[in-house]
Amino acid sequence: MAWYVARRVMQLIPVFLGATLLIYSLVFLLPGDPIQALGGERGVPPAVADQLRAQYNLDKPFIVQYLLYLQGLFSFDLGVSFSGREISEIIASAFPTTFQLAIMALVIETVLGVGVGLIAGLRKGGIFDATFLIVSLLVIAVPIFVIGFVFQFLFGVQLGWFPPTVGSDVSFYTLMLPAIVLGSVSFAYVMRLTRTTVAENLGADYVRTATAKGLSRRRVVSVHVLRNSMIPVVTFLGVDLGALMGGAVVTEGIFNVPGIGNALYTAIKAQDSPAVVSIVTVLVIVFLIANLLVDLLYAVLDPRIRYA
Amino acid sequence: MPETPPTGPSTMSHGDQPRHDQVHFFADEDRVALLEVDVPDETSAPTSLWKDAWNQVKVRPLFWISAVMIVLVILVAIFPYWFTNTEPRQCDLANSYGGPEAGHPFGFDRQGCDIYARTIYGARASVIVGTLTTIGVTLIGSIIGGIAGFYGKWVDSILSRIGDVFFAIPLLLAAIVTMQVIDRNVWTVALVLTVFGWPQIARITRGAVLSVKNSEFVTASQALGLSKPAILAKHVMPNALAPIIVIATVSLGTFIVAEATLSYLGIGLPPTVVSWGGDISNAQAAIRTNAQVLFYPAGALGLTVLSFMMMGDVVRDALDPKARTR
Repeated sequence: MAWYVARRVMQLIPVFLGATLLIYSLVFLLPGDPIQALGGERGVPPAVADQLRAQYNLDKPFIVQYLLYLQGLFSFDLGVSFSGREISEIIASAFPTTFQLAIMALVIETVLGVGVGLIAGLRKGGIFDATFLIVSLLVIAVPIFVIGFVFQFLFGVQLGWFPPTVGSDVSFYTLMLPAIVLGSVSFAYVMRLTRTTVAENLGADYVRTATAKGLSRRRVVSVHVLRNSMIPVVTFLGVDLGALMGGAVVTEGIFNVPGIGNALYTAIKAQDSPAVVSIVTVLVIVFLIANLLVDLLYAVLDPRIRYA
Repeated sequence: MPETPPTGPSTMSHGDQPRHDQVHFFADEDRVALLEVDVPDETSAPTSLWKDAWNQVKVRPLFWISAVMIVLVILVAIFPYWFTNTEPRQCDLANSYGGPEAGHPFGFDRQGCDIYARTIYGARASVIVGTLTTIGVTLIGSIIGGIAGFYGKWVDSILSRIGDVFFAIPLLLAAIVTMQVIDRNVWTVALVLTVFGWPQIARITRGAVLSVKNSEFVTASQALGLSKPAILAKHVMPNALAPIIVIATVSLGTFIVAEATLSYLGIGLPPTVVSWGGDISNAQAAIRTNAQVLFYPAGALGLTVLSFMMMGDVVRDALDPKARTR
C-alpha cells in the first residue's frame, strides 16, 4: 500500500508541472496583450505599461516568468491582481464558501444518486427505474444554468422556500438551493452509474454464493452488491469534482454566492489575467489532490488495484 | 460541465463468426452421408457485431424517436430558411416582449426579435460546435489512445501523462481561461473544447485497445508479417471501435451544453452569432415576467441534447453485450 501511495504521489508531480505550465502559457503566450487590455480603448501609456510589465514579470523571458510564478505558488504568494488586491486574500475569503457549497452538492448527489440508483438497479425495468431514467436524461440534457433559473424562480421567488440569492448571508439554509442545482447534473450521472453496476453485479457469481450460503437479501445487497458497485461511483465522484468547480462558476453567478466561482467570473469579466491564472491553478491543485485521495480510496475498496 | 461516467473497456470478442470446423465424428458411411455432417449451417446468416447491433436497435422505439429528432435538428441547422421566412436579426423594438401573433408563433424577445426565427437559426451554432468538437476529440483521442495502448512501455507512459495534464484542468475552467484571450467564433470554441476534451476518449480507447491487443488474431497477423501500424489500423482499432462510438455520441450532447454554458458566461460565441446559449443568457433578466423568452431556446437546446443522449444510450445497449438485459 505504501508503495502504491508513493507511486501515485510521484505521478502527480509531472502532471502538476504540466498543468500549471499549460495554464500559464495559455494566458500569457496567446495573442492579446493583458496590459493593453487593462487600459480599455484608450490604452495604457508606455511608461505605465513598462512599469506594470516589470511588476508582473512580463518583461522577462517566458520560462523565467513561469519559474517565478511557481516559486510564488510554493510560498503561497500568488501575487496581486490587476485590481490591486492580494490574490491569496481573494481566494482565502472565497474558498470556504465554495468548499461548503461543493461538499453539500457532493453529499446531495451521492446520497440521492446512490439511493435512487440502487433501487432502480434492483428493480431494473420497473416503473421506478423507467421514471428515474427519464428524469436523469432530462436533468443531463437541460444545461445547469437553465435548471438554476427555473429553480430560483420556482422555489426562491414563487414558493419562497429558499432565499433566491445568497449574497453575504452564507449559511447551510441559504446554500441549500444552489447546492441542489449544482449537484443535480452529477446526481443523474451517479444514479445511472449505480443503477448499471448494481444490475450487473446482481448477476455476479459472488452474489449467488452469498445468497447460497444463507445470507439475508438485505445483507447481500448492502454488503456485497453495494460495496462492489461503489468502485466506479467513487472514481466518477473524483472526476466529477472538476465538473462541480466548473458548475460552481455558473451556479454561484446565478445565486450570487460569494465563492471562488464568482471571484473567477468577476476576474474574467475584468480581464484580470493574474487573478484568473491563480484561481484556476488553485482549483486545479484541489482537483489533483481530490483525485489522488479518490485513487487511494479506490485502492482501499478494491484490493486488486494495490497489488497491480 | 459533466463528464460522462467512466465506462470500463468493454471486451468485444472476435468469436462472433460461426465456426465451420465443427468436430468431426465417424459414422457408418452407408447410414449417414459424411457430407450431411460436414455441411456448414448456411440457413442462419452470420451475424457480425454491427449487424447484431442493428437488429437490436431497429426494434427500439427510442432509437427511432432520437434518430428522427437528430435528423430534424441537422436539417434545421443546415437549411434554417426552410423552416422560417423571418430574419432572426431583423428586430423591431416596438415588438419588445410581444406575445405570440400570426406569423410569430413564439412571440418576441426584449429587442423585439422573433423568438421562433432565433430558435431555428440558433441550431446551427450548437450543431456545428458539437459536431466539430466530437469529430476532433474522437480523431485525436482514438489515435493517441490507440497508439498508447498498442505500443505500451514508454510511449504509453508519455502519452498517458500528456493526457493527464489536459485532463487535470476541468473542461469548463480550461475553456474559460482560453476563451478570454483568443478570437471568439464557432471554430475557436470547437478548437478549445477539442484541445481539452480528447483525454477522455483517449483513455477509453487505450483501455479497449489493451483488451484486444493480446487476441489470437493480433498474434496471427504478427506471424503473417504485418507491420505494427498496419495491425493497429486494420485489426486492433476496428475491434476497439464500439466503446469509442458510444462515448462519442454521448459527448456530442455534453459539448453542445459546454458551448451554451460558455456563451451564457459571455465568453463563448459573440453576440453577433445567433445561438441558444446567448439567447438564454439574454433571457435571464426577463424570466420572471416573460418566461417564453427563456422557454423556447432552452427547450430547443434541451431536446437536441436529449436526442443525442438517448441515441448514446441505445447505441451503448446495442454495442455492449454486458449491459444488455437478459
